[in-house]
Amino acid sequence: MSVENMINKRIEKIRGIIPESILEELREKVGKIPNLTPEELDKIIELLVKEYHNALVEPGEAVGTVAAQSIGEPSTQMTLRTFHYAGVREFNVTLGLPRLIEIVDARKTPSTPIMTVYLDEEHKYDEEKAKEVARRIEVTRIENVARSIEADLFENAIRIELDPVMLKDKGVTVDQVKRIVEKLKLGAAEIELVQENDTSVIIVRFSGELEIAKLNKAREKIMNAKIKGVKGIKRVIVQKREKEYVLLTDGSNLAGVLGIKGVDPTRTTTNSIYEIETVLGIEAAREAIIREINGVLQEQGLDVDVRHIMLVADIMTGTGKVRQVGRHGVTGEKESVLARAAFEVTVRHLYDAAARGELDELKGITENVIVGQVIPVGTGMVALQMKLRPESKGEN
Amino acid sequence: MARKFNVLEHELVPAHRVLSIKEALRVLRTLRAKPEKLPWLRENDPAARAIKAKPGDIVMIERKSHTAKKAIAYRYVVTG
Repeated sequence: MSVENMINKRIEKIRGIIPESILEELREKVGKIPNLTPEELDKIIELLVKEYHNALVEPGEAVGTVAAQSIGEPSTQMTLRTFHYAGVREFNVTLGLPRLIEIVDARKTPSTPIMTVYLDEEHKYDEEKAKEVARRIEVTRIENVARSIEADLFENAIRIELDPVMLKDKGVTVDQVKRIVEKLKLGAAEIELVQENDTSVIIVRFSGELEIAKLNKAREKIMNAKIKGVKGIKRVIVQKREKEYVLLTDGSNLAGVLGIKGVDPTRTTTNSIYEIETVLGIEAAREAIIREINGVLQEQGLDVDVRHIMLVADIMTGTGKVRQVGRHGVTGEKESVLARAAFEVTVRHLYDAAARGELDELKGITENVIVGQVIPVGTGMVALQMKLRPESKGEN
Repeated sequence: MARKFNVLEHELVPAHRVLSIKEALRVLRTLRAKPEKLPWLRENDPAARAIKAKPGDIVMIERKSHTAKKAIAYRYVVTG
C-alpha cells in the first residue's frame, strides 16, 4: 500500500469529525514527511483529534458575551467618519461604525445602497460591452437626454430639445424618446417631431384651454419619464478588476438587475441585506451579514475573529427572518419578562406581563442575576452531575 | 423580469437539500434536539421554494464555512 493510500484511508476515517480545512492541512503536512510509518501516522491523527476536541468551545461557555466584547472593543477605535471612497473617487459609501450599526439594526435600506454587478462571459472582457450593459441598468429619464424642456405658453405646448451628445452617450434614439412621450398619459395633445439645425425637437401641443398649472405638471411628467433602466439604479460606473470589468451602481435593486441581459446573476450582489434576504433567502442573508461586517472591520484594520461575527449572523437569522440586534429583534423577543424589562422600558414590560399572567422560568442569565441566583453559565450550567452507568461496564 | 434564475446557483446561497424522514430522525437524534430548537427556514424563503421544502421538513445546508471550509447546518422548515 502506498503512503498516499494510507494517508487517504485514515483521513476518510476522521472525516465528519474533523473539519475539512484541517484535513487538508493535515494531508499537506503529512505528505511532506519522509519515511512515514503507519504507526507514526496513527499517532499523529490520534493527537490531532485530541487537540481538536480540546480546542472546541465547552458547553456553558458564554460565547455571546465573548463575541459582544470581541466586536465591541475594537469598534470603539473605529473612526466616526461616515464617508469613504470605495476605490473610486465617484462613489461615497457608508463605512465604519455607522455602517456596522446599520447592519446589526437590520435596516431595510442602507444609507448608501450599492451593487456590485458582475458580467457574463460575453460582456466581461470588453469595456464597450460592459458599458452597454451599464446603459441597460442605469435609469435614463427624458431629462437626462434633453438639453431643455420648456413650457411654451403662447403655443400651449411643451418643447423638448434633445441633446445629440447625450443621446449617443446613453444609447437612446430620438424615436425611442418620442414613443415614450406618446405613451405618457398627457391628455389631448398632438406630438410632433421637428429638426432644427442639428438638434431634434419634440413638440407636444395641447388642444383645449391654456392652463399654466396643467402645462407645468405635464412638463414635470415628461422630465421624469423613464426611457430605460432598472428602477432604483441612479448611476452606474464601469470598473476594471484584474481581468474583467465590473459595474458598480449607486442604488440597489437586486431582483431587477439579476434579470438583465449580460449580467452574471450568480455573482452579482448588493450591500442591502434586506434585498438579499427577499431575493436569495435567509442563508444568503447570513453569509452577506458575515461578509459585510467582516468587510467593515477589515477596512478599518481591525482584526476580529470571524467566529464572533458568524455567531452574530446566526442569531440574527435563527428564526428564518433577519432580526435586528435590539428592541425589535433579538433582545425584544426574549422569552423572559425580567430579561426584557432589564433592557428597555422596564415598567411597561412588567405591567404587560402582570396583565397576561406571564411566568418567568429563570432560565437565562439576566433573570438569574436579578433574583440573585447562580447564573447558568460555565459550571453554573450544571445542577448535578452523575454517572449513569457503573464504571465496571466499560466506557459509556 | 426578463429571465428566470435559480437562486441556488447564486454564489451567496449554499446547497440546500430536504432530508428524508429517516435522515431527519437520525440528525435529531445525534443533535439530541427537538426540531423547533434548530434554526428555522421559512416556507416562503426563496431557497426553500427552490427545493420545494414544506413545513415540518428538515433541510440540510452545506455551507462554505469561513473557518472549516465546509460546514453542515440544519434548518427546520416553518410556515410563513
